[in-house]
Amino acid sequence: MMKLKWLDYFRRSHAEPASANLAKNRLSIIVAREGRSQGQHNYLPQLRQELLQVLAKYEKIDLDQVTVNVESQGSCEVLELNVILSNPEAIKRRGENTKHAPFFSEAGAR
Amino acid sequence: MAKVVVVTSGKGGVGKTTTSANMAAGLASMGYRTIAIDFDVGLRNLDLVMGCERRVVYDLINVIRGEATLRQAAIKDKRLENLFILPASQTRDKDALTRAGVESVIDGLKKAGFEYIICDSPAGIEHGAHMAMYFADHAIVVTNAEVSSVRDSDRILGLLDAKTQRAEKGMEPVKTHLLLTRYSPARVAKGEMLGHKDVIDLLGIDFIGAIPESPMVLQSSNAGVPVIFDPNNEASQAYQDVIARFLGEARPQRFLEAPKKGFFKRMFGGNSEAPLAAVG
Repeated sequence: MMKLKWLDYFRRSHAEPASANLAKNRLSIIVAREGRSQGQHNYLPQLRQELLQVLAKYEKIDLDQVTVNVESQGSCEVLELNVILSNPEAIKRRGENTKHAPFFSEAGAR
Repeated sequence: MAKVVVVTSGKGGVGKTTTSANMAAGLASMGYRTIAIDFDVGLRNLDLVMGCERRVVYDLINVIRGEATLRQAAIKDKRLENLFILPASQTRDKDALTRAGVESVIDGLKKAGFEYIICDSPAGIEHGAHMAMYFADHAIVVTNAEVSSVRDSDRILGLLDAKTQRAEKGMEPVKTHLLLTRYSPARVAKGEMLGHKDVIDLLGIDFIGAIPESPMVLQSSNAGVPVIFDPNNEASQAYQDVIARFLGEARPQRFLEAPKKGFFKRMFGGNSEAPLAAVG
C-alpha cells in the first residue's frame, strides 16, 4: 500500500533543528573533561577536593564554582584553576582588607 | 604470530557479541585459525549467537581451574574448519577468572596454533572487562552514534591506555579501532544522529568502518548464524570490509551514505524509515 507522503516532503524544511549537533557539543565537553587526555593527571579530582578544603577556610565556596583543568598548548601543558567567588559580601570584605591592615576588623580600623 | 583482539565498548547492547561472532567467522572463512572467547561470566551469549549453545560441555572457568583441557572445552564450529569458540561459564562466580588463568588459556591457544584470539568483553568496566582486554594486541571499540555509547567508549579507551599488559609493561600500546554499529546514514543526513566524522573527532582513534542498522542482524542472531555467512546483505558486506581493513587492506567505505531515493519513493513513501533491529 502506498502512503501519500508528499506533504512530509514540503514540511521537511520546517522540521525542528537537528539534535546531532547538540549531542556533539555536549560530548565534546564531557570527553574533554573526563577523557583520556587527562589520563596522566588523574590526581585532578583529588587536587580539586584538597584545594577546596583549603579555600573553604577563608571563603564560602561552592563545589561547582571550582574547576581544575589541564590544557595543552603546543608542547606545554597549563594547569588552570578557576575559583568563582559568588558571595558579594566576601568580595567586598576582601577588597577592604587589602586597603587596611589585614587583621583588623572594620570597626577596629576606624 | 598469534594476535589477541578484544571486542569491547563499555556500554551494553551496542553489538560486541555480534561483532565478535562476525569477526571470528570472517577471519576463519579466510583460512585463519580463529577462536572466540566469551568473557561474560554468568551471562554467556556468544554460544547462542554462533549457534552452538547445545554443544557446550566445558567452559573457560573449567579450563582455568584445570577441570577440563582447552581441547575439551573449545567447540569446533560445524560450518567452518578453522572456527572455534570457548564459552563463558554460566554458573561459576567471576572471581575464578584470574589474570594468571586467562594468561595460561591464551598461551595455550597460541601454542595450539591459533592465529586470532577474539575476546568478547562483557559490558561495564568491572573485572570481566579488565580480564578480556588485559592481554590484547588490538581492540575493536564498538560504538553506537549516541551520547552514552560514545562517552563509555571514551572511558574504555582510557582503560586500554592504562590497564593492559602492554601499558603496564611499557610495550607498544594496544592498537585501537573504532567500529560504529547500528549506523543509520539516513538519520545522520537528517541531523538526527551523530555522523561518523563527529564520533571520530570525539574519540580520536582509527576508524575501521560502520555496520549499518539492518534487520538481518536480529534475524541472524535468532537463527544462530552470524550475518557474515550470508554475503548478500549490507551488514555482512560491512563486516567483510571491516575484516579486510583490519588485515591491512585499504577498502573504500560503502555504508556511510544513505542510498539515494528516486522521486516516486520520496513522494509516495515505501520502506523509508530504518527498521528497528536488535543486536546480540
